[in-house]
Amino acid sequence: MKTNHIQTTINGDVTEFLCNADESLLDVLRDRLGMTGAKEGCGTGDCGACSVTLNGRLVCSCLVLGVETEGAEIQTIEGMANGDNLHTLQRVFLEEAALQCGICTPGILIAAKSLLEKNPNPTDTEVRYWLAGNLCRCTGYDKIIKAVQTAAAEMRGA
Amino acid sequence: MRYVKPDSFENAAQLLFDSTGITRILAGGTDVLVQMKAEMVEPDLLIDLKHLSGMREITHENGGFRIGAAVSGAELGEHAGVNALWPGVVEGMELIGSTQVQGRATMVGNLCNGSPAADSVPAMVTAGAIARIHGPDGARDIPVYEVPTGPGKTSLARGEFITSIYLPARPENASDAYLRFIPRTEMDIAVSSAAVSLELDSKGICTEAKVAIGAVAPTVRLVDDASAALIGTSLDDDAITKLVAAVEAACSPIDDKRGTIAFRTKTAGVLAKRAAKIAYARAGGTS
Repeated sequence: MKTNHIQTTINGDVTEFLCNADESLLDVLRDRLGMTGAKEGCGTGDCGACSVTLNGRLVCSCLVLGVETEGAEIQTIEGMANGDNLHTLQRVFLEEAALQCGICTPGILIAAKSLLEKNPNPTDTEVRYWLAGNLCRCTGYDKIIKAVQTAAAEMRGA
Repeated sequence: MRYVKPDSFENAAQLLFDSTGITRILAGGTDVLVQMKAEMVEPDLLIDLKHLSGMREITHENGGFRIGAAVSGAELGEHAGVNALWPGVVEGMELIGSTQVQGRATMVGNLCNGSPAADSVPAMVTAGAIARIHGPDGARDIPVYEVPTGPGKTSLARGEFITSIYLPARPENASDAYLRFIPRTEMDIAVSSAAVSLELDSKGICTEAKVAIGAVAPTVRLVDDASAALIGTSLDDDAITKLVAAVEAACSPIDDKRGTIAFRTKTAGVLAKRAAKIAYARAGGTS
């Protein structure tokens, strides 16, 4: 199989990698670039654990091919904190214990950040619908929804 | 597998036509990549057309809208013009998958995947949407209704692919709606579904009606008797009773783990009734 040379921008850094045509962006991130924040839960776009943004749009990185990302702008969980300073969502998730095992957390943080950029003051229902594609088998979701709302309120005030 | 980005529709058609192995067109990838992962399909050639002219654009054309084959559900949902003109088409597309899937999934992909339960298809059919097809002999236009021919099958010939969907203009006092039944609120496949598109006169009498049902037959189905039940009425109880009977008569679903024949038939009628009332209210009718 022919190996493809791809240049893209990940978290603001120009990044080059080689990949096979059938390799997902998730596989590229984890196996070629050592960025293991995005998780593989299902590999079929059902669980949201691999969420990233591609040209500003929330997507499952398991449903994007590495070869499709030539020239694209990608944001992953690795780019969410600013150095040692956690993003408000990350800090509030810790403070309010909105996670247990943590597998779903990177995807939920990326998805929640994407929601709040579009809608800084969502209702609980809007948060639930937006995050419907992010499965969490530990928390029962209530703490996640509450943490997103706490962070949203803080970000609106900031 | 070879991944190719052709530089024109003509070259894409030639490449598809000449290919001897298994080929797939990559649009949003939310079906093709899942099928590849499950090893249901192992393409020799994957053709990406997203970068070609018009593929990612929604353009105003003769009072309607031309929607490129690579326009995602999220992009469609953010377009005020399409929302105002064909809200039922937009709500059908937006029911597919999660926010993440919406970021990639396309109406044309949903159509060409050929699922009888495809959520974006019934409302495209009641809208009289036209698919523009490119192939080795150039371009041609056909009604979306003529694209699916059975589960996983379309009428497209070798070397052909869809590059856009045209949603036509419509008069004042007209609207549409789409509803589906799933046993939860999000992230599921329709057990049954219905789309209704109506045009009303100034007194709220229905002058044109189209009713399509999904997931209750091998393909989406237009129900002419259901249209006839609504035309000339203001959706009174008698008209609705006839609509439901016509829809139920048009159902020929399968029994499976997601719904029985009886359940699918019953819910298709209920959904058609509710969608008709929503479309009627959106069109400015009061009953």
